[in-house]
Amino acid sequence: MDLLTQPVSVSHYMVVGAMLFVCGVICMATKRNALGVLMGIELVLNGANLNFVAFGSRILRNDSLGMDGQLMALFVIVLAAAEAAVALAIALNFYNNHASIDVDQADDLKG
Amino acid sequence: MAEFINSRLISTLLGWFSIDALPPDHWLGFVLAALVHTVLVIHVVAVGALLFIWMERKVSGRIQDRLGPTRVGGKFGWLQTLADGLKLITKEDITPGNADSLLFKLAPYVSFAASFAGYLALPFSDGWVGHHVNCGIFFIIAIVGMEVFGVILAGYASGSKWSLFGGMREAAQVVSYEVPMGMCVLIPVVICGSMDLITIGQMQAGFFTNWIVFHDPFAFVVFWVYFTCATASVNRAPFDLAEAESELVAGFHTEYSGLRWSFFFMAEYGSMFLVSGLAAILFFGGWNGPIPIFGPDLLNLAYSDAEIASGTFRLGGYIANLAGCMNFIGKAVTGVTVMMWIRWTLPRLRIDQVMTTCLKYCVPLGAVCFVGVVGWQWAHLWSPNDLRPQQPRIAVRERGLFDLPAREASGMATRVELTDKAAWAGTVPVPAGETR
Amino acid sequence: MLFAAIQWHSFFFLLFALLTCGFALAVVFSSNVVRMAFFLTISLGAAAGLFFLAGAEFVGAMQFMIYVGGTLVLLIFGVMLTAHERFISMKTRAGEWVLAAFLGGGLFLLLVRAALMVPQWNSPNLQRDQVAQSEVHDSAAIGAAVSAYRADGLPSSAAPAGTAASPGKSVYLLPFEIVSVHLLVVLIGAGYLARAKKRTSANAWQA
Repeated sequence: MDLLTQPVSVSHYMVVGAMLFVCGVICMATKRNALGVLMGIELVLNGANLNFVAFGSRILRNDSLGMDGQLMALFVIVLAAAEAAVALAIALNFYNNHASIDVDQADDLKG
Repeated sequence: MAEFINSRLISTLLGWFSIDALPPDHWLGFVLAALVHTVLVIHVVAVGALLFIWMERKVSGRIQDRLGPTRVGGKFGWLQTLADGLKLITKEDITPGNADSLLFKLAPYVSFAASFAGYLALPFSDGWVGHHVNCGIFFIIAIVGMEVFGVILAGYASGSKWSLFGGMREAAQVVSYEVPMGMCVLIPVVICGSMDLITIGQMQAGFFTNWIVFHDPFAFVVFWVYFTCATASVNRAPFDLAEAESELVAGFHTEYSGLRWSFFFMAEYGSMFLVSGLAAILFFGGWNGPIPIFGPDLLNLAYSDAEIASGTFRLGGYIANLAGCMNFIGKAVTGVTVMMWIRWTLPRLRIDQVMTTCLKYCVPLGAVCFVGVVGWQWAHLWSPNDLRPQQPRIAVRERGLFDLPAREASGMATRVELTDKAAWAGTVPVPAGETR
Repeated sequence: MLFAAIQWHSFFFLLFALLTCGFALAVVFSSNVVRMAFFLTISLGAAAGLFFLAGAEFVGAMQFMIYVGGTLVLLIFGVMLTAHERFISMKTRAGEWVLAAFLGGGLFLLLVRAALMVPQWNSPNLQRDQVAQSEVHDSAAIGAAVSAYRADGLPSSAAPAGTAASPGKSVYLLPFEIVSVHLLVVLIGAGYLARAKKRTSANAWQA
């Protein structure tokens, strides 16, 4: 019950961030649906964002990164949205051309 | 309130049974305080939905030259919604065979949760807010954007193509209208210099000429654009393609019946009240009435700045805030009534007309008005707000959460120099090391 | 059980952390792509709650607006457009699960060890109550940090900021402009990539 009575620190946030990151990596590695892989990418970026915000938080640490942490997280969110749009366009194009969203069937260039 | 519950109420109760008093930060007090606040806010949504559904039926009846409900609850039928609610609760719980049952059952709750979570940051009076978020308006716009998720899930999970079409149309519509809505909401933020809804409301204190809708002609136009976009984003007619009874059976909620269907409608009426309340705060002064009855000129009952900073309680101030709350609710209900009036007057728009309205009318108008408002302020043109200003806007903005002495003591820059007109005119000295 | 005093910040941190991690695991283990998208929404919403608890209210609101309200809606649209019967539920083979478990587990242990190892990160900020409201709940500081000045870095010394005597922190104006142009380019490109193509006879043969 230490977690409930003691204030949280940066390492708690980092553990949650690590969990999100690892879930994202496993998603990217194992999902056969291209959109599932995309969801894994989103999870990875969120894990990293959590770390940035934790290090930039004045509530959690006294010598925090300050605004840098929050601004980095902001830019990561924006760029992740942009990259999701492009990845979705590519996935839809693939679906339109091959009538399948299975990444295992994307082997036209295989040698 | 938590400390009050802990140290007075519960400890008195336990004292009757000779048990030790609770420490003031015991968890029971906090839980009870949170429950009280939550129940208060949920009454706004639930009882509000009850009232609005009855009002809709009466208003629509009168517009269509008939009476509306007249049987249940006396001559005016005001208990009709309660009777309908009881009927809906007792209906059979049907889930279509093709449906994804987990998502089908969760979708109405997602929609309702998104609509209700917006009330967290909506102030009902000066300081009466669930959580005082500094980026209040941004938070509410973000939460309102989540409601579309419930609709998409409902459309997909019902397993029927009419629901899917309805859900997709609604999602496209709501997501498109978020763009002009964001631009319209930006204008009061630019005029007030803060995203904090309480600060925006406080800046409109005094006579009604202080209201932002009267700040300049562009702000006046923007209110109408905002109202149009708000009507579209809560899917009210003439933008109610998703529920189009004459085209899609009932759109995304075709397969829903009973209590799940009523959750969708509680979400819709909750969102209507939320966006009308936002219009009231952003443009029409929020909880401030047209004449400052409780202000320092007339009755002098309202809290002064020093009292707000120190957090004291005074009955006169509480009554002033209560009157402000009733004022705010009245304005929001007026907005909802206007939405109902429009629904039963105008015919429904086709989906391509909806998109044309958004992309060819609302977005350019919003952008032009944004440039106009910024230009009006930059050129320091006269505005009706200058007729009888209650308090300098700088003072209101700095008063809220900006603890200036502590900022200066900790070496942080203060913002007054960069936002004061006098500073730009060169009459306020800038501390060494700061650039404009 | 009557606890002495629950730290409500820690309680809500635990709640949101469990929601985030739990639904992230649900995304990994689910094989139905629509349910994966739904679980991802809840996970990212709970992560936004974690941002709010760390005092980054603007970032939390932005996470709601952009991720949940934008990116995930886009993802759901993509899922619906490709939701043919066979593609909704695609199971991963068992051998890949074993490999993923090894790699994922190893990576997780490594990251957690790194997180708990550094003592400066491990100790909580006991001066939390003395943090001024203005430092935490100030979204205007973010706007200023992007364009005008850094409210958290300027020293109060007599030397002008940015010189060798008192190095200040720089504003994020250039990254902001780059990201704006980047977004424009990306959205035009994505729109062009995903346009509806006219079906000529050659296309129809290949499809």
